[in-house]
Amino acid sequence: MRWVKALLVAVLASAIAAVAKPAPRTHPRPTRLADTGLYSDFASRTVDSQNLPYSPQYPLWSDGARKRRWIHLPPGSTIDARNAEAWVFPVGTKFWKEFAWSRRVETRFLERTSDGWVYAAYVWADDESDAVLAPEAGILSGQEVAPDKRHFIPSVKDCESCHRAGRSEILGFGALQLSSDRDPLAPHAEPVADDFLSLAKLARRGLVRGLPPDILSSPPRIAASSPRGRATLGYLHANCGGCHDSIGSLASLGLTLRYPLSARDALSVPALAAIGRASRIQLPGAKGTSVWLSPGDPSSSAILARMASRNPVYQMPPLGSKVVDEEAVELISRWIGEDLKGSSP
Amino acid sequence: MKSWRLAVCVGLFAAVIGMSTVAADRKGPGATVRRGEYLVTLGGCNDCHTPLKMGANGPEPDRSRLLSGHPQDLAMPPAPKLPPGPWMYTAAATMTAWAGPWGVSFTSNLTPDAETGLGKWTEQNFVESMRSGRHMGHGRSILPPMPYEAIAKMTDSDLKAVFAYLRSIPAVTNRVPDPIVPEPK
Repeated sequence: MRWVKALLVAVLASAIAAVAKPAPRTHPRPTRLADTGLYSDFASRTVDSQNLPYSPQYPLWSDGARKRRWIHLPPGSTIDARNAEAWVFPVGTKFWKEFAWSRRVETRFLERTSDGWVYAAYVWADDESDAVLAPEAGILSGQEVAPDKRHFIPSVKDCESCHRAGRSEILGFGALQLSSDRDPLAPHAEPVADDFLSLAKLARRGLVRGLPPDILSSPPRIAASSPRGRATLGYLHANCGGCHDSIGSLASLGLTLRYPLSARDALSVPALAAIGRASRIQLPGAKGTSVWLSPGDPSSSAILARMASRNPVYQMPPLGSKVVDEEAVELISRWIGEDLKGSSP
Repeated sequence: MKSWRLAVCVGLFAAVIGMSTVAADRKGPGATVRRGEYLVTLGGCNDCHTPLKMGANGPEPDRSRLLSGHPQDLAMPPAPKLPPGPWMYTAAATMTAWAGPWGVSFTSNLTPDAETGLGKWTEQNFVESMRSGRHMGHGRSILPPMPYEAIAKMTDSDLKAVFAYLRSIPAVTNRVPDPIVPEPK
């Protein structure tokens, strides 16, 4: 009977292999924002008290949108922060981000299911009476963000393009972004209300486990040679570092703009490795090749030129914005022109 | 009884291993590359990525520039403006430059050249590009007439075979111009 057993074992192994194969991400998405659990009373727009507000110290630029954010953790669950650079969230975690100009325009929603993260965007009606699921291919909203330019509500592929590029699908919610040692020069930083989450509050409330002790005793802070450098590196971390990381899809580019908590001093920040390094892209109007960061010479620095462009071929980030962030361009231009002057690769 | 069952079991095991070995031998170490070449040929990649040149019998692929994209030394004049009507696209004689409502696109250098081709791309970069329709999977949109929507339907193993083939062809140093695209509304 041994051969019968062997056959059974083989069949069983095949079945297990088939079951263990990741399932396609087909988790259904609610058709209305009201059904995602954000509000305890949608009519009065009362946010459920179990959904906790927060604000990253270095926000992503979104063409001047005012943003509000919340996280929901299933009761009794915790975030696994043993890897301080890539937290792992329990199944059932939800994130919401609301985009508003003169009115609410869009609310993005991420939910951690057993199949992985599910992405959805909800479009608010002009009178804010309801918010319904956007088409999977995205949709142009009625919100003008600049003359003749309207806010685009992203497709699911757009969401995945940024959120699945690096070491974690969750961007803007981590040790550096929630540090209580907030950067006063961070562009577009939002005021922090008393009930907003911070790293210390997460730990006190037992919502996070495995945090390295030194991160709690000494809140994360970007090491830089000047306050302007700190704000610049924080901006690059939040707006570029999701893709431009030493781990993940674009690691092969060798351009790391994500700030690692392991950086011990201003000289060991990976973004500074971009100084003097040739960029493959030929900037419009420029002769010859450019370099990513040219100390003392903002106009020859490809990173700045691409931030300052909204031509679809050159703009960075490549999606999610139609208006140049002039405040950030000014900040980083001065950092390259003054703070980096005399630096060498 | 036990001995013949054991013999059958050993025989079956040997047969399975033997069949696998024969199959692997048949495929050979270059099987993936050959599969990739087959897919690239069938998929029409050469139609746009290998420039046409004029031969004795008319336009023919320039094999010396295999899959190296729009020739860097072929500077294109501005695309002709088409009158309103059903004509909407124009293409260069090489089939490597295309103009339409999106702007002007030049076909990419797919050879393994490190500075001007896919030499620094990883297999993951390539697969993600074809799946997402974005440069390196996360950058700017890949432009028409690249039929990435159809290619996105290929299996992972087929996309990896295509990449393996593209890594196997001669590197051609050819810096393709960036596309020319107007700012969208």
